[in-house]
Amino acid sequence: LKKKKKKKRETSDEMVAEFSQMLDWSDSALRSFAWHPHTDKFAVALLDDSIRIYKSNSSATPTLKHRCQRSVCALQWKPLCGSALAVACQSCLLIWHVDPTSLSTRPSSGCAQVLSHPGHSPITSIAWSPTGSLLVSASPVDTAMMVWDVAAESAVPLQRVGGGGVTYLSWSPDGSRLLAATPSALFRVWETRMWTCERWPCLKGSCQVRKLRKLSITVFELMYAFIYFFKLTFFSQTSWDPRGERLAVLLKGDSQAVNHPSVIAVFKTRSSPVFELLPCGFVMGEAGAEPRFMQFHPHFQHGALLTVCWSDGRISHVPFYFSSAGLLGGDSPQQALASNTADHSSNKLYTEQIS
Amino acid sequence: MFSLKQNSWFIRKVVIWRAVASIAWSVLLLPVTAAVFVLLSRFSLFHPIQWISDCTSLLAASSTVFSLVVLCGVVLITGFFNLEFYTLVPAIPCSRMALLGTVLHPRQCVHSLVYCTMGMLVMWCASVTIGGRYSTLGTPCRQSESGEVVTCLNEYHLFILLAGAFMGYSHSFLGVVQNMYYVSFQPIQQYKYPRFKGCLPMVVKCSVIQALYSARNFAAFYFFFGYAPKTWISSTLNLQIDSSIQPLDSLTGLLDFSLLYHLSISGTFLYLTWYLTVLLFRICVTEAYSFPVQSTFTEDAEQSLPKVLAEKNTLVMKFLALQDLALLSHHSLSRRLEVFSLSQPGGHAHNWNAISRECLSLLSELTQRLVAHQDAVASNGRVKSQSASSDTRSASSSSSVVSGTEDIAETPRLSVPLRTPGSVFKSSVGGANNALTAPFTPDVNSPFSSPAIRRLVGQQDRQSPCFGTEQSPHIMRRGPKLWSASTESQSSGSPPASPATVPSPPAASQKPSFLAQWLQNRREQVKSFLAKRVLIMYLFNKLPEASSQALFADSQAHIWALQGLSHLVAASFSEDQFGVVQTTLPNVLSCLVVLLEAVDRHFKLPHASSKPVRTICSMGDSTYKTLRFALRAALKTAIYKITTTFGEHLNAVNISTEHRKRLQQFLEFKD
Repeated sequence: LKKKKKKKRETSDEMVAEFSQMLDWSDSALRSFAWHPHTDKFAVALLDDSIRIYKSNSSATPTLKHRCQRSVCALQWKPLCGSALAVACQSCLLIWHVDPTSLSTRPSSGCAQVLSHPGHSPITSIAWSPTGSLLVSASPVDTAMMVWDVAAESAVPLQRVGGGGVTYLSWSPDGSRLLAATPSALFRVWETRMWTCERWPCLKGSCQVRKLRKLSITVFELMYAFIYFFKLTFFSQTSWDPRGERLAVLLKGDSQAVNHPSVIAVFKTRSSPVFELLPCGFVMGEAGAEPRFMQFHPHFQHGALLTVCWSDGRISHVPFYFSSAGLLGGDSPQQALASNTADHSSNKLYTEQIS
Repeated sequence: MFSLKQNSWFIRKVVIWRAVASIAWSVLLLPVTAAVFVLLSRFSLFHPIQWISDCTSLLAASSTVFSLVVLCGVVLITGFFNLEFYTLVPAIPCSRMALLGTVLHPRQCVHSLVYCTMGMLVMWCASVTIGGRYSTLGTPCRQSESGEVVTCLNEYHLFILLAGAFMGYSHSFLGVVQNMYYVSFQPIQQYKYPRFKGCLPMVVKCSVIQALYSARNFAAFYFFFGYAPKTWISSTLNLQIDSSIQPLDSLTGLLDFSLLYHLSISGTFLYLTWYLTVLLFRICVTEAYSFPVQSTFTEDAEQSLPKVLAEKNTLVMKFLALQDLALLSHHSLSRRLEVFSLSQPGGHAHNWNAISRECLSLLSELTQRLVAHQDAVASNGRVKSQSASSDTRSASSSSSVVSGTEDIAETPRLSVPLRTPGSVFKSSVGGANNALTAPFTPDVNSPFSSPAIRRLVGQQDRQSPCFGTEQSPHIMRRGPKLWSASTESQSSGSPPASPATVPSPPAASQKPSFLAQWLQNRREQVKSFLAKRVLIMYLFNKLPEASSQALFADSQAHIWALQGLSHLVAASFSEDQFGVVQTTLPNVLSCLVVLLEAVDRHFKLPHASSKPVRTICSMGDSTYKTLRFALRAALKTAIYKITTTFGEHLNAVNISTEHRKRLQQFLEFKD
């Protein structure tokens, strides 16, 4: 029986590794990363299944540990809330309530709510609605995604046949739509008023963009269609800064070849009057370190701040200084693409080293 | 029961039709479930073709059609009961005694009787459909001595019919215990069909589990008591009992696999019929209804959102209106603009003023309720500690210490008005009328109320039967545990215990008269006797969390009000052209902050922040148990919504310094 359990755990770990946003999840020192949407605070899940929270103006780093917290695949802070952090684990969903004013470094497991639903594990993707009222969770083995009312601990399953499981979820910024991707060549766009969905078959080849243009779609859908399409074909990860002016793309390297490490390419983007995508530069790590995950800071004042998790367990913050095109009518020339090493010396505020 | 005449337009025009639609759908679903039932009941593994052909011919038979007609009648009655008994605010009993009172209420007795009858009817239909040895009550049999053919009692048929009555009663009983008629609203909106489809697996699972439980319980019940109905029926209907067949109230008779299979299959069918009706009713009633923000014609004025929100009598309309408000504030730009618009002519912001006034009064009513509850609880603690010490000094017997402490524990605030840290609410407490606390006021004349309460009622009539839980942990630790629970029972055991026999401590210490002493001793004996009885303890023990749940029972309305208000206020930042919201912004903010303080303090009370145990699978909705957590989360989100939208502009809003400090915490995301 023990063997069976162990085997079950291994297969679910493989599944998590496949669908996790973190590249090479299984041997990565960092399992997941999330910026708080409103404050300078982020959470990192580590290989030993603990989660640490770093704040910009405090040296206290609370460590979260829980019996059920295994194989953490995704983290997300609740919007419009100072304390709640959702954690997607192997068997359940944990909601930590970490008091921002408390100085305790080990919040007790009583601060965590455990949400679980039979047949709904491992959970690989979670998404809070932008108003913070709902949490959607998805598992690649469950065709239903769960819409949680977290405080009441009740869930509404939303089931659609086809595609087999749900692997990735993302809300539109205004909360009116939700993208749900499946392991197969299919994704759905849910509208969140009456919770009906549109099926989008993922088209292969060059006709994709033409066909997308034919459908009457909003910018959001176009954006996600692009991101999803890119992710499936060339790139493993894309991230857009909140102002929509920088697009970072993680190009996955070839593990066999020596000279083909993973690399992050950054593009300048502009959505009006026409959509433009201009190459901007590359972000490289220290020798031997490969990028595993990246995320833009949700509200960086002076431009955009890209946070990169490296394969050696470092987290670095790469600032892009520019004035918004929307304000000045043009891109300012004073932008700087700071390298990783320069970042370590210049910006101590955000940089934390985790080994 | 029939009170349609004085009902509002909403009940007449909307709720009734929704109920009718739900019943119609249940009737339409009946042939489907019946067909599945027929297929399962005639199942034979080795003759699949014969099985299918048998079933098709049976479905077309006249007896099946007749059964369907009877079942339609059952569904109609069930639907009628749903409409008559449904509630949006659950009744939460504070002790098992109160629960028992509800179960024995005449209205509930009628309900149980009707459900027993319906259970028997459905089971009769099921037994006719299954056929074979179950079909009739009387069977021809040969008497062993004379060899002549007489009509014997068919115990299998009787067994199935009694099982129906048993399941009917247990459904009715569990309906009370699990609040089956409580209708909760989903956190998301869905069309009726997807929602039904999503809930169907859960309902089927619930009915199977419930049927298996009931089958087990009924088998046990029949094993012990089956003899009585059997002999009664056989004697009244003059039926013989066939002695050649194994009787069913024996172990060997009950260990009949086919019998148990048919029992559980028909039980599942029975429960599924009822549960589907309940489910469809819930889905139809909770469907969102869109009220016009402004009425174009004067005769429709009572149907507009501001008017409907102010309505007090029709709860379902008020709830749906608040839900509509939350939805429109979130999803509909055009309707938001209507809310922010000015009246023509005059230029008054009637819509916004009426809507915000209603929401704010709803929220401040909750604040007052919470503060009143906290005051009652807090003052209990204070008075207890003072007089407990005086009791200890004057006590003559060791047990009277305990009784004194406990009497006080049950008493509400005597005369010392307690100044709790956040006593800024004192002014509002004065305004808290008794109607607020009415549901929590004990029945003074009931034999279960303690003499202490009777004595004090003259001074203070705000007291909750549930409040005893709140301060009890301390006492439980100090004194014998029994007392904190069974104080109420003391007078039930000794009815003549009048206020006069309760010795006031100083008097008792000065002049212990023999009679008083004797009475005191008797009372102590009766009390300790009763306290040792497990049953009485069990009945009068306070259910933990019950008072908290009761306070927040209708909080779904408050949650919508919070969502609606906060979204409207946040939207007004960019959409409100005339600045109508600006004038009420200080009121809204202070109302929210005051409510937050009251809620925070409530969660510091014992039991308030403990999570209820989750029920695995039952049709009863337990959403009300977690409403207080949902309210707290909604409240914080509402404040955050406003603070993040307005940001630094909040400094220009005219609010008190304390509130500004609190809001500053929200601006820094430190709450």
